[in-house]
Amino acid sequence: MKLTMNKKTKDNLITYGIVVVAFAVFQLLAVTGNLSSHMKGLLVPMTYYAVIAVALNLCVGILGELSIGHCGFMCIGAFTSAFFSKVTEESLPTAPRFILAFVIGIAFAALFGFLIGIPVLRLKGDYLAIVTLAFGEIIKNVINAFYIGVDSKGVHFSLKNAMELGMEPDGQLIVNGAMGITGTPHNSSFTVGIIVLLLALFVVQNLVNSRDGRAIMAVRDNYIAAEATGINVTRYKMMAFIISAAIAGAAGVLFSHNITTLTASSQYFGYNASIMILVYVVLGGIGNIRGSVIAACILYLLPELLRGFNTYRMLIYSIVLIVMMIYSWSPKVLEWRKRTLGNINFPWKKQRA
Amino acid sequence: MALLEVNNLCISFGGLRAVDDFNLSIEKGELYGLIGPNGAGKTTVFNLLTGVYKPNEGIIRLEGQDITRKSTIEINHAGIARTFQNIRLFKNMSVMDNVKVGLNERFKYSTLEGILHLGKYSKVEKEMDAEAEKLLKVFDLDKEKDILASNLPYGKQRKLEIARAMATNPKLLLLDEPAAGMNPNETKELMDTIALVRREFDMTILLIEHDMKLVSGICEKLTVLNFGRVLCQGETKAVLSDPEVIKAYLGE
Repeated sequence: MKLTMNKKTKDNLITYGIVVVAFAVFQLLAVTGNLSSHMKGLLVPMTYYAVIAVALNLCVGILGELSIGHCGFMCIGAFTSAFFSKVTEESLPTAPRFILAFVIGIAFAALFGFLIGIPVLRLKGDYLAIVTLAFGEIIKNVINAFYIGVDSKGVHFSLKNAMELGMEPDGQLIVNGAMGITGTPHNSSFTVGIIVLLLALFVVQNLVNSRDGRAIMAVRDNYIAAEATGINVTRYKMMAFIISAAIAGAAGVLFSHNITTLTASSQYFGYNASIMILVYVVLGGIGNIRGSVIAACILYLLPELLRGFNTYRMLIYSIVLIVMMIYSWSPKVLEWRKRTLGNINFPWKKQRA
Repeated sequence: MALLEVNNLCISFGGLRAVDDFNLSIEKGELYGLIGPNGAGKTTVFNLLTGVYKPNEGIIRLEGQDITRKSTIEINHAGIARTFQNIRLFKNMSVMDNVKVGLNERFKYSTLEGILHLGKYSKVEKEMDAEAEKLLKVFDLDKEKDILASNLPYGKQRKLEIARAMATNPKLLLLDEPAAGMNPNETKELMDTIALVRREFDMTILLIEHDMKLVSGICEKLTVLNFGRVLCQGETKAVLSDPEVIKAYLGE
């Protein structure tokens, strides 16, 4: 057993190593002035997409439940934390405020993970996918209807318009319906993003190698046998779903503190965005946490890097998607990888194809 | 007091009385066989015993404790473990991890300790590893511990399923057609495994089986089910020579 323990630990360390090396390379490029300002602007989004890909992989790969509404949890994390940061912008210094923003974003995303998990986790397969999709859209659309303001009397809330709030003249309108939250402090940086990504990886990889993680995977592989083995299926499903939602919420906090105007638009939180993250997860290898990070980074940066190709951009992008799919899932390629690259992947993943 | 005491167990699916007035009493340490033609209700009895189905009537007692309407999980915690007719392993997990899932409820640390790998984590994980290796050794699976469960040969998958059930430290082990789909060699090996489980763990076993050679070879007592009712009950030899039983199996 000693050997496998070492192998698992080594595997985890390789993942952290890849992230740290990538961080160092990008920082070096930035410092030496080899990174255009456009590229610099892509670094933070790259980290939060990697974080949410890790979160979704916990749900899809480790728990085995297909969710296509994960951007909804990201949306909740983004709005609750941005709201908090706006309200306390003057009263709290940056560092503790940003940390508290993370706590709040994560806590609310986890809470909604719990609430949505209650009905959703009773379903299986396609039905689960459809309902999570609907929840993602509901979250987005409900937030679009919110008007929230703060004045000396406290918090005002309306679902109609800003006038309905009836605030004092010096009151501050924070959430302005479909216009969202404007002027959230720009606290997210590439460094913070990488730290959050490392923490997310730490949580998920450690969870997988603990008794709870084994129970979650047992539920994925055969819930009837898991129950007969005394595993509380509902509890472990819920646990994985909540942790996954919480990490997605952390990605949302990074998101909202990196953008000037935060709106609950389809572009960021709609089902297309959720599907895109699912693409990262599937192409990185379902259940392969490291693969999700790599796929998220490559597939996020690629369309931007391909701008030079103009009309051929999406053509090349789709070819890359196909190549990655073959690389991750084709049995022959997996065989070849096994021969040449050795044991880089999760041991159970290779055998799946 | 009998280890397992079942009285007047009944369940209907629609108009079909799948199990009717079923009684069973198993003493500690016995190896008890449940046989009967196809569709007689054997697996239904197992599903009733493990809480998959709730009976319409009747009572099930394990060591005098009423477990009749408990959930599958609670019944497992009370001390009944089972295997399945069609093997149900955690296929994408290693052999070792399959057994460790069985140990999950016996060796505990909190979720937070698990995520941070702090506190009791290392100590408890070591204990789990030691216990799992001990079990795998007994079932002669220790060389395959890092292999995926789905990559094991069929006979060893059966063994692993029994090992996983034993990991929950049961008082009673239910085996649902353990020899199904096995060739004579594998069946022979399975009989050895069952004998081994009894010897090593002093285990009480109730098994469903079609293979008469296996049944007459190892079971001490038998219950024969036919159309959901008990046809005959008692010592193996007496039961197998009972004319009613022969009629049920071979026709008139």
